Amino acid sequence: MSTALDLVFERTRSENRAALIAYIPAGFPSKSGCEKAIRALAEAGVDAIEIGYPYSDPIMDGPTIQEAAEISLKGGTNAADVFSALKVASDTGVASVVMTYWNPIEKYGVKEFAQSIADNGGSGVITPDLTIEESGRWLEAVGNSGINPIYVVAPSTSDARLAKVTSKTGGFVYAASVMGVTGARTNVSVDASALVERVKKTTALPVSVGLGVSTREQAKQVAAYADGVIVGSAFIKILLDAKSEQEGLDAISALAKELALGVREGR
Amino acid sequence: MTIQLGDLLGHFGQYGGRFVPEALIGALDELEAAHNAAKTDPLFQAELAELHRTYTGRPSIITEAKRFSEHAGGARILLKREDLNHTGSHKINNVLGQALLTKKMGKKRIIAETGAGQHGVASATAAALMGLECVVYMGEEDTRRQALNVARMKLLGAQVVPVTSGSRTLKDAINEAMRDWVTNVATTHYMLGTVAGPHPFPTMVRDFHKIIGEEARQQVLALTGKLPDAVLACVGGGSNAIGIFHAFIPDEGVRLIGLEAGGDGIETGRHAATISGGSEGVLHGTRSYVLQDENGQTIESHSISAGLDYPGVGPEHAYLHDIGRAEYRAVNDDAAMAAFSLFSRTEGIIPAIETAHALAGALVLGNELGPDAILLINLSGRGDKDVQTAADYFGIPL
Repeated sequence: MSTALDLVFERTRSENRAALIAYIPAGFPSKSGCEKAIRALAEAGVDAIEIGYPYSDPIMDGPTIQEAAEISLKGGTNAADVFSALKVASDTGVASVVMTYWNPIEKYGVKEFAQSIADNGGSGVITPDLTIEESGRWLEAVGNSGINPIYVVAPSTSDARLAKVTSKTGGFVYAASVMGVTGARTNVSVDASALVERVKKTTALPVSVGLGVSTREQAKQVAAYADGVIVGSAFIKILLDAKSEQEGLDAISALAKELALGVREGR
Repeated sequence: MTIQLGDLLGHFGQYGGRFVPEALIGALDELEAAHNAAKTDPLFQAELAELHRTYTGRPSIITEAKRFSEHAGGARILLKREDLNHTGSHKINNVLGQALLTKKMGKKRIIAETGAGQHGVASATAAALMGLECVVYMGEEDTRRQALNVARMKLLGAQVVPVTSGSRTLKDAINEAMRDWVTNVATTHYMLGTVAGPHPFPTMVRDFHKIIGEEARQQVLALTGKLPDAVLACVGGGSNAIGIFHAFIPDEGVRLIGLEAGGDGIETGRHAATISGGSEGVLHGTRSYVLQDENGQTIESHSISAGLDYPGVGPEHAYLHDIGRAEYRAVNDDAAMAAFSLFSRTEGIIPAIETAHALAGALVLGNELGPDAILLINLSGRGDKDVQTAADYFGIPL
């Protein structure tokens, strides 16, 4: 059975464009602020939303997402808040997934976590620190709950390993554009297009590129070769720097509209 | 009892493994291959043995603690003197091994995390010796607590980066080192300082430290004609403990006892006793025991000893605990400091505060077992670095 995420990529492929995927941590900038941000992003034309589960030890994240996670955790964000944000996102009609480090899933209960994703309208989970070798219980759980297990690959991932990882992936393959942590970058490295090309030799799944995209021009460049463009830190930086909640919401809405144009200009 | 110490994926029972970004898999595979090759490479082993003999000062000696023993039920107490190694702790065993591997892999830059500064100093030392660039990540809070070691690292030519994220202690220094590694993995080796982290670190770091127990087992047999009744060591991440335990694991009559940092007491929640007071989870790339809340968020640890102040523990310890081969007990700050003081005054050796936790454990165990018992303690480090902390604790004006 197809998830909402699978349907998004069917649609964007038929429209010959890339999908725009936005990331926002649950509970950031506040519980209500997060819900407003999700609705603003959905209205501005993003195709899918990743809800981040803030974690105390985010080794894959740069300073921007670290700061957002810290604010969210200080506000008391827990698993229930993550699922409630996920439901807000899926209720808007966009595809929704959760992105989380592994330990919160294990603590919550592997089966229970996968089922709660499905119960709240979510399409899948991105697990950046879960290796294929440690995925046995998880793959069984996502299979039973009918959601997509989304894995991240990197420019350093060998061809043989890409094949191994993508054979277990569902929804889309998350291609990390550069070697490094999350955060906006002036240049999205040429590594990204080479990686996408290598991934596509191993799978028919859509491939989305994340890490570093923050402008319409960059979105356009990435959309030329990728099936999805993921933007996270750029939205978060706006919300962190905004003088008021409304100013921040207006600004992320404006950026999302620009990016939505960018993903349609790539081909 | 069959004991499975590490499969091909680095599992110890249900613990260990790899929970890391895919970007690091290539580097971990490369490191594992280099370590496996080195294990059977006579040239590598000869080079490391020569360094141990002429630089570290191995084999480290055994000292009998006769006066301290009077306070430990009269049990015979033998000290494995890792404090006499160059740089003042067991940490040098691991960094020399990893620095040699770094050169074999053709990398020129090492990064390391440090809490108390002992592993940072050891890493900076190995880097200076072998001409490698060295960057040490240290929690900002720890750079204040251990200012002397910060100066030592700088004198040795290392760059010390104070980490201002999270709790600003060892766990955050590891986070920052991981972020550096993900970014610079092609040129950089991460010289992890304990038997935690993703495979192959727990196995590799143990292999570089197991010489402690191999030497001590022979030395105790030669001295007493038998094996000790118990082997004791402090446990933070657990490297000195695994180092001295490992050779004794097949000796079922030898009790292996790890002393964790009880801080203000496990019941207060302010402690670093991960096995005694934590639960199963994943932290810093490995599954083990972790101090965590009901959502799986890491809880900050507390200990007077910066070197034990860590909310995780090596996966091999978690396994040895679960199968009952090793026991883990918590020692509170006050008990550790009482042992620190008593040991200094009865033996003329100022121990590291980390090590004082093992000494406190020996006082209790000696009284449980009585005068016929032989206790082997890993005297893992010397206390020069802790003079400021101890002076503050005992109210000695500086």
